[in-house]
Amino acid sequence: MIAKKRYAAPFIFWIIAGTVIPLISIAYYGFTSRSGGFTLANVAAMFRHDHMQALGLSLLLAFISTLICLIIAFPMAMVLRESKYGKQGFLIFVIILPMWMNFLLRTMAWQVLLERQGVINGLLGLFGLPHQELMNTPGAIILGMVYDFLPFMILPIYNTVSKIDSHLIEASYDLGATKFRTYTKVILPLSVPGIVSGITMVFIPALTTFVISNMLGGGKINLIGNIIEQEFTVNSNWYLGSGLSLVMMVFIILSMLLLRKFDKTGGENLI
Amino acid sequence: MGELIRLEGIVKSFDDTVVLKGIDLSVEENEFVTLLGPSGCGKTTTLRIIGGFVRPDEGRVFFDGKDITDMPANQRPVNTVFQNYALFPHMNVGENIAFSMRVKNKPEAYIKDKIKYALKLVNLDGFESRRIDQLSGGQQQRIAMARAIVNEPRVLLLDEPLGALDLKLRQEMQYELVRLKKELGITFLYITHDQEEALTMSDKVVVMNEGYIQQEGSPEEIYDEPVNAFVADFIGDSNILSGLMVDEKLVRINDIDYPCIDGSEQGFPPRTPVDVVIRPEDIEIKPYGKGLFNGTIISKLFIGVHYEMLVQSEDGEIEWLLQNYDQHDVGEKIGMYVRPENIQIMQKPKSEAESAIELDI
Ligand SMILES: Nc1ncnc2c1ncn2[C@@H]1O[C@H](COP(=O)(O)OP(=O)(O)OP(=O)(O)O)[C@@H](O)[C@H]1O
Ligand SMILES: [Mg+2]
Repeated sequence: MIAKKRYAAPFIFWIIAGTVIPLISIAYYGFTSRSGGFTLANVAAMFRHDHMQALGLSLLLAFISTLICLIIAFPMAMVLRESKYGKQGFLIFVIILPMWMNFLLRTMAWQVLLERQGVINGLLGLFGLPHQELMNTPGAIILGMVYDFLPFMILPIYNTVSKIDSHLIEASYDLGATKFRTYTKVILPLSVPGIVSGITMVFIPALTTFVISNMLGGGKINLIGNIIEQEFTVNSNWYLGSGLSLVMMVFIILSMLLLRKFDKTGGENLI
Repeated sequence: MGELIRLEGIVKSFDDTVVLKGIDLSVEENEFVTLLGPSGCGKTTTLRIIGGFVRPDEGRVFFDGKDITDMPANQRPVNTVFQNYALFPHMNVGENIAFSMRVKNKPEAYIKDKIKYALKLVNLDGFESRRIDQLSGGQQQRIAMARAIVNEPRVLLLDEPLGALDLKLRQEMQYELVRLKKELGITFLYITHDQEEALTMSDKVVVMNEGYIQQEGSPEEIYDEPVNAFVADFIGDSNILSGLMVDEKLVRINDIDYPCIDGSEQGFPPRTPVDVVIRPEDIEIKPYGKGLFNGTIISKLFIGVHYEMLVQSEDGEIEWLLQNYDQHDVGEKIGMYVRPENIQIMQKPKSEAESAIELDI
């Protein structure tokens, strides 16, 4: 027991330093007014019109990009599952490769592509097509989110899908099921755990990002992440920033619980 | 009773290894046919070709006279009971059994009746709403059967369905399977590498080795008249010896001549080198010097009803395996006798097909 405790010490330290202390300080700032007294104003500020609007837009964009990621990732995971062993490793490598590049650089690359004088508009110009306003649109942000977060959707789904016993799929065909039915009644339900963790890993960072919206939204599109960031940096209002963060945290925890429950009921009612 | 399944010249390779080297097989309607052979000989591959999960490189598959080689698995009128059962873990027992009926859009009332009927048949009444992970291995096996038979296939393909069960349960399930087959009146194509299981359950046993069919016939034929040393060795204990035909119906083994019942008519003219099989229970013990040949008992083992003995020949060249109800002591010198009809003469392997008889069991 004692030995065990000693091994656990670094982790306990890590949890305290990395999780508990920041959480406590955010909670402290969140419930403290500028004058130092207790207040609920910072938390309630989430319901201000402009904040609600930003939250709404954040939810919408995060939802759309998560959905797009899912639609791309599931077939991709299946293709990975079906491919030969050596090829499989290579494909996974290709998928992970962008993750080794700096996040800012990757997003900046899209800036170069999407700009008014950028690569895509250049190509359009070559064919005599009119310029498209690609930058600073919600579309650009969704594109950035999908590009940045797609691997986080593919990997957990692939992980689950690759463990599905191929005899189950054969059994489904054996019992007369079509390919479509096999997908909807056997493969998809068995992939639910991977899908759920994929959704978690894409939806949360997409909901709270401010870097992507800063770089591809040109400061014109304010997501909730941008507002919180600005409170901390531009406005130096840690109190309001923390208050809003707390609300987001509760929001995220609630949606996780919802998702978890869905995971437990199995995929049956997914279709 | 006509022919239901026919395989013609099936060849299959994986990567560079040829796994099936020309399989011809015919299964009659309502027959219980067992594919028997050592691990890796191609039994599962043969079954998967019939089930539609593997496409043969060469050869055709016929079902009821129709060529089904290119028919996808989900349209074939056969059902498989997989080796690991392959029950859907996200569905309960009832949903598993209902799967094929829902695929065919049968009415729910019909499905419900059919589930009840199938569960009764496999002695698991009232298990409809059990989760799969709440079932024991034997129960899972029964559910896999139930799931396959509600589809009313004309053939059930079973890949070592009892392989994962312990000995006692295995024996119980053997009876159960034979009973089920009788009740359903359908054809069973069954895989096992357990020769006892094959002999007790089947109408016809097909012995395979290294991608070839070595012999097919009734369990009695396979046991009493193995065509080569591999089959003889794989089916039960036996003495397998190298011999030479010295005259009509006379074979010489290790300088002693034994009268037998095979000669030119059976394809063993004098001077043919042959393999000889003598089952251990067919060697009779006589007083020393009164038999055909003599030996010294070098070991003795009581195995239930009878004794198993190793007897060394006088020149020390051969160790005979004997089974006898009478007790004899180690060190005792005895005479031995074998009736001519109990000496089974076999061809020495010539072709590649026949040389796939490595005696490593
Ligand atoms: N999908 C595959 N890819 C490559 N090789 C395979 C494949 N399936 C089977 N094999 C090979 O084919 C040979 C025969 O396999 P098969 O499964 O038919 O044997 P088996 O007689 O069923 O053996 P067991 O009693 O162990 O189940 C084996 O050597 C196996 O490694
Ligand atoms: Mg097998």
